[in-house]
Amino acid sequence: MTVAVIQFGGSNCDRDTVQALESVGVAAELVWHEDDLPAEAEGIVLPGGFSYGDFLRAGAMAAHSPIMDEVRAAADEGTPVLGICNGAQVGCEASLTPGAFTTNESARFQCEHVHLRVENSETPWTTQYEEGEVIELPIAHGEGRFEISDDRLDALEADDRILFRYCDAEGNVTPEANPNGSKHAVAGVTGESDHVAVMMPHPERMTLADIGGTDGSGVLSGFA
Amino acid sequence: MTPYTATVEVRLKHGVLDPEAETTGRALERLGFELEDLRAADLFEVDLDAESADAAAERAGEMAERLLANPTIHDYEVAIEDQ
Repeated sequence: MTVAVIQFGGSNCDRDTVQALESVGVAAELVWHEDDLPAEAEGIVLPGGFSYGDFLRAGAMAAHSPIMDEVRAAADEGTPVLGICNGAQVGCEASLTPGAFTTNESARFQCEHVHLRVENSETPWTTQYEEGEVIELPIAHGEGRFEISDDRLDALEADDRILFRYCDAEGNVTPEANPNGSKHAVAGVTGESDHVAVMMPHPERMTLADIGGTDGSGVLSGFA
Repeated sequence: MTPYTATVEVRLKHGVLDPEAETTGRALERLGFELEDLRAADLFEVDLDAESADAAAERAGEMAERLLANPTIHDYEVAIEDQ
């Protein structure tokens, strides 16, 4: 498995993601968004950062980058795709995943550790966890509030497409534990098929025991 | 072909929280203004040549659908004027 980590102008978690993937035994390479998706790419990460300076809306410009047509085609054929942070915003703007990530309730950029409750442990991204397990990952975003119509959110929940919700250390989903005002505390969702997923917290920043912990390794192991 | 200016106004759907507008409203109150509520919107003015005002409106509407607005959270309106 070689995972292509797409670099948009303004991506800044791309190299960290390559290193994090390699730490869980997954080969990875950087791919510039103006280049073609390599034929050998068996997985794709849309990494974090500030593509196109977050102009218009975070992720809006990168979602229309030519390589995204290839990403969409690969996803349709079953290639696993994970969008992290800005990559999650790109994934939603590109309609790979439902909903939108918009301005935090605080109207501020927030950089902090959060707790997440695993809502569905039967996706490639969460099989390493138990359902209901609480993990700790960092967030670093100004536009991370998950927004979607009530009807569509009901449908997502009925179809078990919520990956993670923000919670407290004991796993309770409370308004106080919701860092950005996300609807129903949603921190990550899957696409129509669960091999495509996006999440605002950064699993790649929690894969090395020496720098904080390994709670995020399980997500990246979804490519293994 | 006629030169038109398409004005595309993009605003959050009713009921979607707008933290920036709330912050702006609070800042106005700190300046001593009285207000009940404040809503914000983005306005795009697009100069374009088209066969008719309807054709200009259709093209500007596609621009909104595909990029200027995010249909998940936004509503938009298009107005066309001769340049």
